[in-house]
Parts: sequence; C-alpha cells; structure tokens
Amino acid sequence: MAAFSAVKISPPQFTPVRSTSQRPASTPVQSIHSSSAAFSSGSFASSKSVLSRPLFAVSAVVSSDKTKSRSAPASHPAVTREEALELYEDMVLGRSFEDMCAQMYYRGKMFGFVHLYNGQEAVSTGFIKLLNQADKVISTYRDHVHALSKGVPAREVMAELFGKSTGCCRGQGGSMHMFSAAHNLLGGFAFIGEGIPVATGAAFSAKYNHEVLKQSKPEGLDVTCAFFGDGTCNNGQFFECLNMAQLWKLPIIFVVENNLWAIGMSHLRATSDPEIWKKGPAFGMPGVHVDGMDVLKVREVANEAIARARRGEGPTLVECETYRFRGHSLADPDELRKAEEKAHFAARDPIPALKKYIIEQGLASESELKSIDKKVDDLVEEAVEFADASPHPPRSQLLENVFADPKGFGIGPDGKYRCEDPLFTQGTAQV
Amino acid sequence: MEGLDEEMERDPTVCVMGEDVGHYGGSYKVTKGLATKYGDLRVLDTPIAENSFTGMGVGAAMTGLRPVVEGMNMGFLLLAYNQISNNCGMLHYTSGGQFKIPIVIRGPGGVGRQLGAEHSQRLESYFQSIPGIQMVACSTPYNAKGLMKAAIRSENPVVLFEHVLLYNLKERIPDEEYVLSLEEAEMVRPGEHVTILTYSRMRYHVMQAAKTLVNKGYDPEVIDIRSLKPFDLHTIGNSIKKTHRVLIVEECMRTGGIGASLRAAIIDNFWDYLDGPIMCLSSQDVPTPYAGTLEDWTVVQPAQIVAAVEQLCK
Repeated sequence: MAAFSAVKISPPQFTPVRSTSQRPASTPVQSIHSSSAAFSSGSFASSKSVLSRPLFAVSAVVSSDKTKSRSAPASHPAVTREEALELYEDMVLGRSFEDMCAQMYYRGKMFGFVHLYNGQEAVSTGFIKLLNQADKVISTYRDHVHALSKGVPAREVMAELFGKSTGCCRGQGGSMHMFSAAHNLLGGFAFIGEGIPVATGAAFSAKYNHEVLKQSKPEGLDVTCAFFGDGTCNNGQFFECLNMAQLWKLPIIFVVENNLWAIGMSHLRATSDPEIWKKGPAFGMPGVHVDGMDVLKVREVANEAIARARRGEGPTLVECETYRFRGHSLADPDELRKAEEKAHFAARDPIPALKKYIIEQGLASESELKSIDKKVDDLVEEAVEFADASPHPPRSQLLENVFADPKGFGIGPDGKYRCEDPLFTQGTAQV
Repeated sequence: MEGLDEEMERDPTVCVMGEDVGHYGGSYKVTKGLATKYGDLRVLDTPIAENSFTGMGVGAAMTGLRPVVEGMNMGFLLLAYNQISNNCGMLHYTSGGQFKIPIVIRGPGGVGRQLGAEHSQRLESYFQSIPGIQMVACSTPYNAKGLMKAAIRSENPVVLFEHVLLYNLKERIPDEEYVLSLEEAEMVRPGEHVTILTYSRMRYHVMQAAKTLVNKGYDPEVIDIRSLKPFDLHTIGNSIKKTHRVLIVEECMRTGGIGASLRAAIIDNFWDYLDGPIMCLSSQDVPTPYAGTLEDWTVVQPAQIVAAVEQLCK
C-alpha cells in the first residue's frame, strides 16, 4: 500500500496475541490480522501461510477449553439441522436481498446512499439469530440485513427503500434509517457512532427494568447488540460508551464488523493500534476477536457474549474480521482495494462455506439447499412486486410524525392550530 | 426540583442522568436529595461524556423510560449537539412514528456573574432550528415547577432552559399539584400601549423598566413567551391586535436569535396590525467578556428597554 509522500510507513508487526480480558489466556492464538498486514505491504506470499492454518473461533471463554480450540473445525456438528438451515436461509436472504437492491438502484427504483452488506452476512446471522424478540439491535447505515435477520419482513424493507408509504418507516427513513418497534430494531443511523449511545441507553433500560421497575424475566436481562464498523472504533462515542457500559455492567454487546475499510480509508492507515478487540480490556471488559466469515464461529462467540449479558455480567466487545464484497455504497467505484485482497476474502465467502459444511456433515442435501435458494429468490421477487405496487406517500404525510404529540407544532387543546399561519398549516397533519 | 421529585414519585420510569446529579445534588442543587430517595440508578451520576449520555437518554426514552438529562451548564450541551439534533429531534420522524422520545434535556444557561464566555452561552438560538424538539424557558419558581412537570409528561423531546441567576428566587407556590402548558405564553402585566415580549432573565429587566415606564405614563403589556418553540402566536397575536406596537427583549445574540424568528413569525401573521417596525433588543454578538463592566454592556439593561419603548410610542 502506498505510504504518505516519500516516507515509507511499514505496517505494525503483529505478534501472536492473547485474546482475553482480566485473566491471561491459557492458549495464545495467532491473530488473523496478520493476513491484513500482508496486504498492506503489498505482499501476497505470506497470506498463503495464513490460509493453510486452520481457522477457528478465537474466544476468551472458549479458549479455556483447550481441546475445543485446538481441534480442526467441527469433527462433530456444532449445530442441529434446523439451526443450520435457519442460518443458511438467513444468510441467503441477506445476500439475495442486497443483490436485488443493487439491481433496483441501477434501474432507478431507489436513490441516495445505499450501503450493501454482501460478504458480511455471517456476522448478522451469527448474532441476531440467537436473540429473542425482546432483545434490541442497533445498526448503522449498512442495516438492511440486520433488519432482515431481526425479522423485519423483506417486503417492508424493500418498500422503505423504494420510498413508499408501506415501508417499515413509512418511507420517511430510507436505506440508512431502518426502524421496527415490533422487532426491536432501533435504527439505522447515518452518522457513524451515534447509534452506540442509543444502544447503551437501550441496555440501560433493560437493567432499569430489572432493578428499579422489578420487571425481571426468567431468562435474564434483555440484551442489546450494537453493530458498527472499524471506522467507528476511532470515534469518541465508541470509547465513551465502552466506559459507561462496563461501569454500570450493562447488558450490551459491542459488535465490530471490521471489514478493513472505511470508504477509502484503510483501517491500518487510520488506527494507531488496529487490533480493536484489545480496546475492550482497556475498559475492563472482555475483548474477543473472531473470524467473521464463518457463521458458526461467530455464533459460538455470540452465544457466550449473550449469556454473559443476560446473567448481568456486563458488556463484551467482539471484533469480527469480515469483508464487504461490494464498494462502500453503490456510488463507490471501489478502486482502492487490491484484487488479491478481494479474492482472498471471496474464497472465504460465508455462504458457500456453510453450504459445504452442511453437506459434509450430512445435515441436509444439496437439493434441499437449492430449494431454500429458490424460496428466498421468490420472497425477494415478491418484495419487489409489493414495493412497486405500493403507493407513494401523500402530501398530508409530510408533517406527520414530526412530533409524537402534535402540540409541538403549537396546536391548542381544541385540536386546531392556536393561530392560523397559512404557510405553516398547508397540508399539515391530522391531530 | 419539587417538580422533578413529584414526577419521579408519580411515575417510576422517570429517571435523571447527568454529571454530579446524584451524590453532589446537582451543580445548582436542582437534584439535591433525589439520589438518596430514589437510588443511584434512577438518579444517575454519569462520567463526563455529554454526547454519549445524552444519546443514552435517547435510547432509554425509545425503550420505555422517561429520562431527564441535565447539562451541568447548558453550554456543555453543545457537545451533545449530534445526539440532540440527529436523534432526539429526528428519530420519531425517520422511524415513521414507531419510536417516541419523551426526554427532557435541561440545564442552567444564560449570562451569569462573570462566569466567562463559555459558561455564559444561550443555546436556545442554536437549537431552535432543529425539527422535532420543543423548547421552553422558565423564569419563576412557579413556572419552573409547572413547566418541568409538563415537560416530563410530554411525549415530545423538550429542552428546558433554566437560568444561572434565577435559582435563588423565592416565591410562594400552590400546594396543590399543577402542571403548566408547554406551548402557552404567560401574561405578566396586561397593558394597552405596547407589547413587550421576553423570556427568562430578561423578564426581570423588563419588569424593572416597566416600573419606570409606568411612572412616565406608559402602559406596557409584558408577556413572558416561555415557549420558545413553538411560539404561542395566539397569545402574542391577541396582544398585538390590541397594542399595535412590539418590542422583543431577549438575552440571546442578535444574529439568528429567538427574536429574529419571532419577528419573522409576527410579520408573517400580524402585519396588518402593526403600526411600525418591530423593535428587538438582544445581547451583543460577542463572546461574553469576563470583566463585570463589559459583561453588563453585552446584555440588555432596563434603561435601554425604557428608551426603546419611548421611541416606539413616539
């Protein structure tokens, strides 16, 4: 990678790292980041040695079970057939939906900034499929697939993207602002980092419900998952919330989707210490690094983090090494990333990887998986048809929902505006 | 503070978040005693991270609580501007009405006694453009309690502007419970000759000037607008239809201030009732100096108000 002007800046040397928090790990494990270091220096040779090493979940709590962490991936199925098929279908839905978004964008059906999730499905599926309905998910602008994994119907997401009034946010939010009260998806945020405090607040509510309102649940505290990227991890809000979450032992999981790039800024060029998981222990919480291209490994780590949060043991920082196959958004020409890097991660595509695993473990047949593919394709087609057929929002919708209580516009108790300002009241909300 | 206590007692989802609100009792003692009564989670002492704990308040509001977020000094809320603008103001809209944000953001602001430029800020003019929030300014113990209760009960995000110099006021207030309306202005002194619109501390300067004016034979109508967003154009309009002359006295800066917006709204709606241009007295567009003499000259003083009324009524 080109250095700044004439000065050659060599990438940091990565030594084998310990993945742990307060107690030292019994098993030192190689950081998978060494593969990224190889790309930044332009050398491809060293990455081959990375590929030949078996990849396994690097988990602070799992690594204490030495046999588990040293064995080759799954000599026994880590999931049941039903679970595996659920994971497969969810990832295929995410991929299919995003591909359709690209098509629709170029056909002029959706506009603005659209950020696609292709390649990162294992993180969304791995975490969100373990959550209950009452658990909360907070995302960023790359939120379509988080919405789908959390259960928001594909047709509502597609209609929202088309800007129709049947969208999950009535067409008022758009690609970057997916919300669903029914599915506890609290956004969808355009500025990076601004969703993390909101997630911290949702986790605070969960703790408050338990301790102050005494509305406890047998399964434990409601968990909040905050998803964000590597770029966000240099933002003040991230650090402020790590502090507060650990201070009050909030039931939150900070999930870093480290796809190595913040638009055109390489993570290594932006970050003094690129190993994000290390920032957890600096605040007193476990920091875990996991292969974000393998849904089963993500799920393994997620399981433990969620259980910790439910028990009231506090937050976890999980760094998922992942990659986006497309550009930052549909407007990004994606010229900076090298072909070798893209090829390396394309080879680790989570969906074929899971498919291979399912077939090899005898959990399902190829034709069953193909029928899931077809089912998803039909669902996505139907979503597009629904969105196409849905109406655009009418003029009267413009001023609705600005305030929960319309008195914020200056409406009197009789329901009418207290003073008729013709320019203001043109086509305004019903009270 | 009484208002906060009563609301916290009445509704267990009301909680307080801010720096030094708990054990310290608040920098102006607004939350004194509440932590002992309600516990450390309901009256949360936060680390110094305004943007994040304001965002935390938003997240808590979205998930069923009714937080009252305190900026130790209103000026500190500039650090929370991201959360106030993007999240407080916008989320009800961008979520298509799915999430409401019943949060109250409050704190002492305004020009004090030689507190220096950064502790003497008036954020009402900076926040007024944000769609989706309501702004109120209290000025007496009576309306402070009533507005606090109303703000907490409101489903909308409300920014409640208190003033550093008004915390020591004493007033007899009713024992019975009362809640004021967030959108209504307060008629302080009815009159016939001129409408004087003001809010917060300037109300006291106006009333002081009013004494002088009455001695000189004028009859000013003084309205404390209280609701900075939305304006109570009903009460203001009725007054203008009677007096035909308007003077706005405000503490925020001239450029882009509350007075500027109020003038525009009055011109749009009540042009036919005006006998002359609307006068507006605002603070100077300077960072508030430390020196006492200079500080006095940045804000509007009663003598200037008297002179302005005399000019209007010529």
